[in-house]
Amino acid sequence: MEILLVIIIGLLYAAGIYMMLRRSLVKLIIGLILLGNGANLLIFLLGKIVKGKPPIIGASEKMLGEIYADPVPQALILTAIVISFGLQAFAIILIKRAYKVVKTDDLDEMNATDEDL
Amino acid sequence: MLIAVISGFIFALVIPLIMGWLKPKSTIWAAILPLSIFGFFLSKLPLILAGETLKISYQWVPSIGVNLDLYLDGLSYLFVLLISGIGTLVFIYTSAYLKGHHYLDRFYGYLSMFMASMLGLVLSDNIYTLFIFWELTSISSFFLIGFNNDNPDSRKSAITALAVTGIGGLFLMAAMVGLGQITDVYQISALAPLAESIQSNSLYGWVLFFLFIAAFTKSAQFPFHFWLPGAMKAPTPVSTYLHSATMVKAGIYLLARFTPILGNHEWWNSTLIIVGAITMTYAAIHSLFRLDLKGILAYSTISALGILVFLIGLGTEEALLAASVFILVHALYKATLFLVTGIIDHETGTRDIRQLGGLNKVMLPVGIAAMLAAISNAGIPPSFGFVGKDLIYDATLGMGDIAWLLTGLAIFTNVALLFAGFLAGIKPFVGKLPEKFEKLHLPSPAMYIPPLLLGVLGIVFGLAPGLIEGSIIKPTVQAITGATPDFHLKLWHGFNLILLLSAITIGSGTTLYFLLKPSEGLLAKVTRFEKISPQSIITNLANGFVGFSRNWTKFFQNGYLRFYLITILSFLCILLGYRFFTGVELYIDTAKLTEVSFYEAIVIIIMATAIFFTVFSKSRLTAVASLGVVGYSFCMIFLFYSAPDLAMTQFSIDTLTVILFVLVLYNLPRYLVLPDNNDKIRDGLLALVFGALISVLTLEVMNESVTKEISEYYAKNAYILGKGKNVVNVILVDFRGFDTIVEITVLTIAAIGVFGLLKLHLKSTEKE
Repeated sequence: MEILLVIIIGLLYAAGIYMMLRRSLVKLIIGLILLGNGANLLIFLLGKIVKGKPPIIGASEKMLGEIYADPVPQALILTAIVISFGLQAFAIILIKRAYKVVKTDDLDEMNATDEDL
Repeated sequence: MLIAVISGFIFALVIPLIMGWLKPKSTIWAAILPLSIFGFFLSKLPLILAGETLKISYQWVPSIGVNLDLYLDGLSYLFVLLISGIGTLVFIYTSAYLKGHHYLDRFYGYLSMFMASMLGLVLSDNIYTLFIFWELTSISSFFLIGFNNDNPDSRKSAITALAVTGIGGLFLMAAMVGLGQITDVYQISALAPLAESIQSNSLYGWVLFFLFIAAFTKSAQFPFHFWLPGAMKAPTPVSTYLHSATMVKAGIYLLARFTPILGNHEWWNSTLIIVGAITMTYAAIHSLFRLDLKGILAYSTISALGILVFLIGLGTEEALLAASVFILVHALYKATLFLVTGIIDHETGTRDIRQLGGLNKVMLPVGIAAMLAAISNAGIPPSFGFVGKDLIYDATLGMGDIAWLLTGLAIFTNVALLFAGFLAGIKPFVGKLPEKFEKLHLPSPAMYIPPLLLGVLGIVFGLAPGLIEGSIIKPTVQAITGATPDFHLKLWHGFNLILLLSAITIGSGTTLYFLLKPSEGLLAKVTRFEKISPQSIITNLANGFVGFSRNWTKFFQNGYLRFYLITILSFLCILLGYRFFTGVELYIDTAKLTEVSFYEAIVIIIMATAIFFTVFSKSRLTAVASLGVVGYSFCMIFLFYSAPDLAMTQFSIDTLTVILFVLVLYNLPRYLVLPDNNDKIRDGLLALVFGALISVLTLEVMNESVTKEISEYYAKNAYILGKGKNVVNVILVDFRGFDTIVEITVLTIAAIGVFGLLKLHLKSTEKE
């Protein structure tokens, strides 16, 4: 399974980068999201994946048993997901706004300061 | 003594405030500061007469040898008197010259800052504070040259001067560090006894080289002389003070100060003689053809500085005596000539030598001052200049085999200097007064008294050299040579060879003055050679460097996001790829892998397909929907592998993102259709290589063993300390609660931003 996930990670990175290299604003954001997903999965994988042992303490116990999924990467990823949502939401609204003002989706036409608009 | 140095800096800070509040009609009171400093140092005269020195030390950064050590000996005494004395006159003169100027307060501030730095420079006994004050003089000079900051020429000259002297300052630092390395002694006065060990050290050559560059840049020696004529863009009081009497002599001071330490070595002597000789003749030739009064004076100043370097290079006691006397002679007459030029400029509005004449009829006292200075400059008895020139010839004649060559050069330079002095000091005042100048009147006494005073001093010292022999000249020579000198300054030596040479100089100089009339044509002939002058070479170099950096920036910072990404990623790929190829053993530990079940495989396939669609779909809706599918597949993976919280979060967030996307999608542009397939192939290749590298990297990292200390701590204490059974939740809201608060804050800010962007109404201009 790890091998498959590794391939997926590579795929996500490649797809993300490819999308970011396009000239379209929308694609840039999609690329960003893909890249973020890839990074999350990477962190998840590095924490050693374990099947069916969530880091939740049993009702009658006071601490986790021997084998459990690592809680630290999970906490990190959770934070990352939420933050990246903030970023994505802002970016989506921003390009909508930018498009209204400059009427272009082409990144190459957006590399001027507002004086030239 | 410390107060004397520091007061200038304090004054510089305070004066704009005082002037801002009081708006005084006259600013002549500002001269109280240099005058009291002058008085203070005069009061130390008995000390100097007794051959003693004054030493004060303040701890500053003792751990690296930086202390505020002040040291007053004969050499510094000569300089402090010059600085504060001429400073007083310049302060007085400025009050009339720049009367009512908008930034007069600033001007005084810079001027007193300069004076304080210059005092610090000649008084400091620590090699690092010497450097600091040295740089301070360069900086204040920059401000003063660029004082007329609405004039582009002025700004350019200021930058040139700062660049040249600033680079020199760095070299001085290098020289000082080198000296510190050799001896581990940071007090200049303590270095002289170590002269032998310094000169035999292998670093000696470097120290010498660095020190020379510093001195030559500051004192405008060939080939660094070109900043000085440019610096004449400064108001005349500045030219007087900085660029003839004091600052440019800082290099001379440095050389004189280090003569007992580094001097008397073959390299020292020959370099200084050669550079000094080139400078004095080169500048002397140049001064012959100038039409601008200040230009003439600038080149003759360079020439005089060349003579000083040359004399220090000769290194004999006669030569050093001649140098000491000449420093004073030159300061007196050149300051006078500059001040007079300032008056002429101020009153007539021109400095063109061809238009000036007959001014004696309207401003006689100024003419007298100028004539006295010209006489001293020419070395005509009974002026002090005559004494100085005699000593120079005396020094060159004592040089053995090459005496005649050196004396010849000295005579030539002196002839040119005399010519320049006559041109600046006599020509504007004699002859026919042009009609347009007839209505001129005498300027205020504050302007003509200072040059008159200096001019008269130039004669008085000549008639009675005893006045300064014991008090200033002897201690100076003693400080430079280290030995008690035995000489007697005299005006009249009887009929001898030196007198003959003096007569020849005066005769040929005067003849030259009557024969050579300055004209446009002659100037043009000289300027033709400027293509190969050091100035244009260095300017070209500087411009070339600017051009190079512009292209460099244009290439790497071209404003295209893709280009930046490509650059960064390619570099990363090369770096990572190289490392993988050379240093890392790639392997996969199959035993540790978990098995793949059927439904997992399906999720992976769905995910890969969804990624494919996201990238290659022509429709935005399909792409966004596929993006959603990728997100949901993530949920599944998180679910399979024991991360229910993540699955929940991912699920809700992904849904929100897709909804948001779809909501604004119709306000968004369609995809651009760009036909460029080459770009796609290039980007695709780069992306694939990068993705592959990340995969390999991940595999490799998985082989590393991980310490689980932190995880274990959380697992053990989640319930005990945090009273929660879901460890991930406890980490987020309890152990790392502050991080979560910050995270919430960030989200809030993003939400405010989104809200603001949505609600913001465009102004009509922005809609266009």
